[in-house]
Amino acid sequence: MINQGLVLYDEDYKLIDTELVRLNQLANAKVSFLVDKDGQLIASVGETANIDTTSLASLTAGNIAATGGMAKLLGEKEFSLLFHEGVKDNIHISLVGQRAILVIIFDNRSSLGLVRLRAKKSVIVLSDILANLIKKMETSSHTKEGATFFTEITEDDIENLFS
Amino acid sequence: MSFINYSAREISCKIVYYGPGLCGKTTNLHYIYNKVNPDSKGKMISLATKTERTLFFDFLPLALGSIKGFKVRFHLYTVPGQIFYDASRKLILRGIDGVIFVADSQVERTEANIESLENLSKNLKEQGYELENLPYIIQYNKRDLPNVVPLDEMERILNPRKVPSYEAVAPKGTGVFETLKEVAKMVILELKKRS
Repeated sequence: MINQGLVLYDEDYKLIDTELVRLNQLANAKVSFLVDKDGQLIASVGETANIDTTSLASLTAGNIAATGGMAKLLGEKEFSLLFHEGVKDNIHISLVGQRAILVIIFDNRSSLGLVRLRAKKSVIVLSDILANLIKKMETSSHTKEGATFFTEITEDDIENLFS
Repeated sequence: MSFINYSAREISCKIVYYGPGLCGKTTNLHYIYNKVNPDSKGKMISLATKTERTLFFDFLPLALGSIKGFKVRFHLYTVPGQIFYDASRKLILRGIDGVIFVADSQVERTEANIESLENLSKNLKEQGYELENLPYIIQYNKRDLPNVVPLDEMERILNPRKVPSYEAVAPKGTGVFETLKEVAKMVILELKKRS
């Protein structure tokens, strides 16, 4: 399972988005987003306009991977939580099951205690959504449009991307 | 691995540039970054030392266009080439969809190329992959230098399986896009096969 790419269906995206919106409001956060452990952004909510979420997703995954490497060296399974404190903004990062990372960016309108509490609750909800998603990936194939995409794609289509 | 998002109608793939220290992995990314239309690229992130040696990774997100209504994104990564950054290299290989091995064509780097290729194979195995099963190509870089190993000799040493290979001069862009295009093609066709 580890080496299988993530497939996100519309209904699951909506569930994740709803939970992130709820979390972002309850935690008084600026931005909340969910990232695949491989660095792919799954969903993001809040004041994302001025934030490069793609790069943040990649760096978050790198950060978690490096921290995981340190944990192993110390004989720990993992460090499930990271916190970076800045002058204006802070980042709270927590693991969601085996596949994803929850990132919350907040400023002085919120507090670490509140964010930590809300993150903990949301991690449980998001873990369930992802567990169902992975189960679905194992049992069902692509959607109709996905199947069409993959069967009809040609080398010329790929070539055109670079033209 | 790839991320297929039906909600956003997007497909994202991770491509890693691997190779010995100073072989030109970051230079490949810089060239791509400078040549690609601003609308098609994100910021290039380089986690490097003060002397511009890659410390953890370089990252360049590309969104070159759509195929059949799906936006296709490629996330390009490089690994640090220096031997003692092996722990970091392993981490970057997680979730890989395709790999470009950048070989340094200079005679004195032959051993470094061999070591790095063996290291790639070993590190992939640790992450649960086999190089033989991944979209994989070789780029012979620095072909403009005077002391290069002849191409057929490099092929014999580094490419016994005869995977696609390209000659390159990364700072001038020779072979850079050809290499990327080939591996991108292989990655998408692999996704097609798996679907």
